[in-house]
Amino acid sequence: MTLIDLANPSRFLSLTARLLPYLVAGTVVLLAIGLYLSATAPDDYQQGATVKIMFIHVPNAWLSMFVWAVMSASALGTLVWRHPLADVAAKAAAPIGASFTFLALVTGSLWGRPMWGTYWEWDARLTSVLILFLMYLGLMALWRAVEDPARAARAAAVLTLVGAINLPIIKFSVDWWNTLHQPASVFRMGGSTLDRAFLYPLLVMAIAFTVLFITLHVAAMRNEILRRRVRSLQMMQARAASNDVGATSPASQPA
Amino acid sequence: MTALAALIRRDISIALRVGGGALIGVLFFLTVVVLMPFALGPDLPLLTRLGPAILWLGALLASLLTLDRLFTADHEDGSLDLIVMGRTPLELACAAKALAHWLAAGLPLIVATPVLGLLLNLDMAATSAVALTLLAGTPALTFTGMIGAALAVTLHRGGLLLAVLVLPLSIPVLIFGVAASEAAISGPVPFGAPFSILCALSLVSLVVGPFAAAASLRHGLD
Amino acid sequence: MRLLASGLTCVRGGREVFSALTFEAVAGELLAVTGRNGSGKTSLLRLVAGLLTPAGGSLALEGGDTELTLPEQAHYLGHRDALKPALSVLENLQFWRDFLGGKPFDPAESLATVGLAHAAHLPAAYLSAGQRRRLSLARLLAVKRPLWLLDEPTSALDTTGQDMVTGLMRNHLAGGGLIVATTHAPLGLTSKELRIGGEQ
Repeated sequence: MTLIDLANPSRFLSLTARLLPYLVAGTVVLLAIGLYLSATAPDDYQQGATVKIMFIHVPNAWLSMFVWAVMSASALGTLVWRHPLADVAAKAAAPIGASFTFLALVTGSLWGRPMWGTYWEWDARLTSVLILFLMYLGLMALWRAVEDPARAARAAAVLTLVGAINLPIIKFSVDWWNTLHQPASVFRMGGSTLDRAFLYPLLVMAIAFTVLFITLHVAAMRNEILRRRVRSLQMMQARAASNDVGATSPASQPA
Repeated sequence: MTALAALIRRDISIALRVGGGALIGVLFFLTVVVLMPFALGPDLPLLTRLGPAILWLGALLASLLTLDRLFTADHEDGSLDLIVMGRTPLELACAAKALAHWLAAGLPLIVATPVLGLLLNLDMAATSAVALTLLAGTPALTFTGMIGAALAVTLHRGGLLLAVLVLPLSIPVLIFGVAASEAAISGPVPFGAPFSILCALSLVSLVVGPFAAAASLRHGLD
Repeated sequence: MRLLASGLTCVRGGREVFSALTFEAVAGELLAVTGRNGSGKTSLLRLVAGLLTPAGGSLALEGGDTELTLPEQAHYLGHRDALKPALSVLENLQFWRDFLGGKPFDPAESLATVGLAHAAHLPAAYLSAGQRRRLSLARLLAVKRPLWLLDEPTSALDTTGQDMVTGLMRNHLAGGGLIVATTHAPLGLTSKELRIGGEQ
């Protein structure tokens, strides 16, 4: 099967209908293994049991960036190749990416609570993730604001690519801003060296979350394709039959 | 009564559906508040001290931004003509539109306040104080802002002109809103005094706003 | 019932559009307003609808409801359709029925009359220009008002749509209603012509 075949939405629907059960099963199994490994991982000698938040936080943070990369690739598909599935992929990914980013923020602030004593610290990494979250929300607002999906797709594609170029600049600026005000960060997330006891559960969880994203994304794309079909059917229905019904004698109207 | 209920229901459902701007106001509020630390520095004690002021400024700007469409959309598609001609007094129709706008765009700002308070390291008591003053004060912002929105639509100018017209009118609300929040958090002024004045401002604008807006719509349409 | 205008003068943007216009129309009569572009046909309708203030002269609806003003007894169908694309066809119609104070009605019947029964639950955004016009016309049926002010009622409509408008107007006149309509094309009804803006 080539990419051209997949480009056909009907083909995509029938293929993914067969694929989706395996994806769901894979997600469940991987998440179960990952959660078991996380639960049985030892406590950190400094952070205690709170270190286990890392097993949820890091995969979410990784996906928050990965989803933007997926949307950027889709944006290229929309702008350069006008691939019929590209804007569907981009639109379906945005709310999922926003959810992962939101979870990264929540778990980050829960993790920070025992370290900082507050739920929120304007730490360079967390702040960058917060800006990424705002950009996801802006993108979703753009999708919602324009009724015609084709026009919204092009605007969103431009915004996504501009965002992809800007994100490193924002990240750099925030780091600079943060070090300017706080010479040494109290607490670095993720740490530089990880013990093996932490590394394996983290890797499994990262893979599990990635598969979870793929499953959700495929399901959301199917919904979006069906939603667009409903829309074009409704438009056809609106166009149809107006004339012949309108011809029924106007004299029959209530006076 | 059916007419007013229908108007409120319609405006709220338009604001919440595709293309509606209700939640964009909240996003704007969030963005404005997030911008502040980049200008002030990530200094939590400083942000905590300025928190109520930052939240009030953000809410003021967000409610102003969404006011722009209050009458413009109805003017562009001709609905405003029919509302002016209708048997419902125009003052009541204006009040209903402003109420719908506050429910769809003002109330979400108040709901978002606790989350934003977290970002500014406000404690539970301070956040509730700010949310309470916003609840009492944002109706004043909407109902005085409505006057500017009505003027802007009759002059065929929106956006910046509206901001220039409305912002000076909202200075008293800002003064007493922030003062009441500060009083609740640190004193030394008792909370009741500025808060009562804030409520009074809202009640006055509830009366003055619809009359002024209806007058400018009635004389300015062409 | 009689619509009476005497010495009506309209000034817009410092320019006198028309002056000292006197006309009358009685129940069951169609007053067709004709004239060049820019002669003030739309301005005249908006004056009667109370959306513009006359610079001089007077307007009255004799034999109408004395509790209500003239605009409150009129339907105005302007160039703009007063529809919200985010609401469904039915929701749009029901809103105007509720707001303008119509009696409970069978929406399907009004919509069927204007040929939109099949689209009742679709968003108004999907309608074509002609269908939007039909939906605006349904408003005139949903709420009963004696005076209809129609600005180019047949614009954007195909021939069946134009026939439908003619039928609606004929029914309204037969029921003792009054219509003031601006038009370029003949409406296919006996009418009294009011030519404004001088000779062509």
